[in-house]
Amino acid sequence: MERWSKVKGRCGGPADPPLVLTEKVGNAVRLVALDRRALALGLVAGLTLADARARTPELTVDDLDPHADARLMERLADDADRWSPMVALDPPHGLMLDITGGAHLFGGEAALRGHVIQRMRCLGLSARAAVAGTPECARALARFGRAGVVPPGGERAAVAALPVAAQEAPPEATIALTRAGQKTLRQLPDRPTLPLSARFGQALSERLRRMLGQADIRIRPRRPLPAIAVERGFAEPIGRTEDIEAVVRDLTLDAIETLQGRGEGGRAFETAFFRTDGEVFRLAVETGRPSRDAAAVMRLYREKLDALADPLDPGFGFDLIRLSVMAAEPLAPAQADFEGRAPLADQVGDLVDRLTARFGRERVKALTPVDTHNPDRAQRHRPAAEASPSWPAPWLERLPDDPPGRPLQLFDPPQPIEALAEVPDGPPARFRWRRVQHAVAFAEGPERIAPEWWLTPANALTRDYFRLEDSEGRRFWVFREGLYERETEAPRWFLHGVFA
Amino acid sequence: MHLATHLPPRLRQTLLSPEQPNAHALFTTGADQLDDLLGGGLARGALHEVYAETAPDCATAAGFTLALALRAAGDRAIVWARQDYAGIEAGGLYGPGLAALGFDPARLILVEARDVLGILRAGAEAARCPAVGAVLMEPWGEARPLDLTASRRLTLAADQSGVTVFLTRAAATPRPSAAASRWSVRPRPSRLMEADAPGWPAFALTLLRHRAGLSRQTFDVEWDGEQRAFADLAPLPGPVAAVPPGGTLVEGQGALRRAG
Repeated sequence: MERWSKVKGRCGGPADPPLVLTEKVGNAVRLVALDRRALALGLVAGLTLADARARTPELTVDDLDPHADARLMERLADDADRWSPMVALDPPHGLMLDITGGAHLFGGEAALRGHVIQRMRCLGLSARAAVAGTPECARALARFGRAGVVPPGGERAAVAALPVAAQEAPPEATIALTRAGQKTLRQLPDRPTLPLSARFGQALSERLRRMLGQADIRIRPRRPLPAIAVERGFAEPIGRTEDIEAVVRDLTLDAIETLQGRGEGGRAFETAFFRTDGEVFRLAVETGRPSRDAAAVMRLYREKLDALADPLDPGFGFDLIRLSVMAAEPLAPAQADFEGRAPLADQVGDLVDRLTARFGRERVKALTPVDTHNPDRAQRHRPAAEASPSWPAPWLERLPDDPPGRPLQLFDPPQPIEALAEVPDGPPARFRWRRVQHAVAFAEGPERIAPEWWLTPANALTRDYFRLEDSEGRRFWVFREGLYERETEAPRWFLHGVFA
Repeated sequence: MHLATHLPPRLRQTLLSPEQPNAHALFTTGADQLDDLLGGGLARGALHEVYAETAPDCATAAGFTLALALRAAGDRAIVWARQDYAGIEAGGLYGPGLAALGFDPARLILVEARDVLGILRAGAEAARCPAVGAVLMEPWGEARPLDLTASRRLTLAADQSGVTVFLTRAAATPRPSAAASRWSVRPRPSRLMEADAPGWPAFALTLLRHRAGLSRQTFDVEWDGEQRAFADLAPLPGPVAAVPPGGTLVEGQGALRRAG
């Protein structure tokens, strides 16, 4: 509703007509969200639009956009990271923060709640917030009650005045409970649990227990929890590149000091930039090996910033920057050599990290052999930043003093050619590839390679591979797909690779 | 001062000749005639350019460059920066094929860049890392960013780190640059194995430029992946006569080496 006002640039003054958002449910267009004035006129969610219009002709109507709403919630959840790393979406339009052990950083639970509401107001949203011992209790209080801060152990007293609907049980259960005289949650906990479970299911009584603080499960955070997080908040938002870089360097040094104390090195670093208007940018860099080298990490960040298509837009400035070490591994202090240089393997690893930060993981690759006779699958690309497999399959074995039996460069997929062979089973005498005619001078083959019947569809054909050299000395690897008469009537020819 | 004479030779060299530019050793190709003509080999820590004579010869040029890089790199890692278009036009690098040329693919770091600028960035970055044995850059086509300044920068980086940098050019005409040597390559009919099977990769080289001022000349060499060395081949007598289509087949089935 408020997102709509913001998008349309209208601020629901008293003179504006009431606003409703609609959605098509079944065959009828029904109201799903209403503003205060619409509610005051007695309209309710679920009413068909035709009925609503009959009652109040001067309605402003628009379609509900659930995707945009979901995006807004994601953005808010990103922004809520500033209060706690444990943030979960609480559908349909709630956020759940686990602030255990973190509230004192913001001046206590009540002050933190004030912060949250204040910030939402700044973003043009009205929010209700509650702090309680369990997620279910906080949700019920925020949605149905007079929201506030529940002291430890005070859950039962806090929810006592809530209507039974606050359990958010299926409507039939709520109606049944109301008919039985249970209007609020005051008496319900005193009832024996067994008949309640028998009548309404185990889930309801379990939920009730959680609301009362008798049972508890933690929320599942949206983002993985960092091993170490350090942050700086700014009373006055910063926006200059030099300032930002200096802050990131300070944070990196802080994080590395902590790592040093633990005897660990970071594998993945993530910096989150919280913009004042609620936007959050994240920059992540990874290292191939655990690292405690602040200069190297900074270099990776600079590579990353350079490679960004749209540079970090500070807008009205960032008011919080946080650096998280997402993954850390044990790292023993290493000794440099006599001339103060790192070991060779480490230097290559650092180079791979820098290249990966600039070009991305999927563009800096290493080759891994695959144990198969199928030339299509004989190699696998893996990011070079990943460790090589500890037990690699051997590359294709060959006899000593044999010229290369496999091409330097392979086409994927193989390229169709028009070939002319003198003998049905023999090598081609000439072939045409990319509109150029090649006369075959010498040939070796066939090397018959059967399809992997345990992987490929049943009708895959056998391939006869030939190594060819044309009259100009170019060397090719071609194959005929299918055996004459046994598998196919008119086999097709393909060029699979080019030799050096 | 007298102490210095008792030090191991390598350490003494390090101590007595600090930061001497162009102090990098040469690497030999393994082909004696070629090495003699080059004055002992090609320069390490320098930029070398290899042009494919025609665009379809790009695999040959890549193979020749890789072979040179293997000679230069020793046991160290090789960084190969390829433009995406080269992979589409000439096929992707194939591990078993690399292994067959005598190169352990585990030593390869492959960088795939969208454009020439990306290749230059990756190449320069790798050329500054002394732990790398050789850097191969494979852009495609006439590349404007690859001008004299870019090649000078690469030469400087290579000189400082001692990394040998190779630039493989396909579908491009040779242009002035700061390269220590510039070659043009086309495939040469190989020395046949038994039963007329194609043999080891053979190259017909033209030396276009050499820093020592060598004149333009041609060589025929063969790469032996077993020995990881080039070998001299006798120049072919005149233009190669095309074998009549199916000429090898006329002699009968025995002329073909059958495998599988």
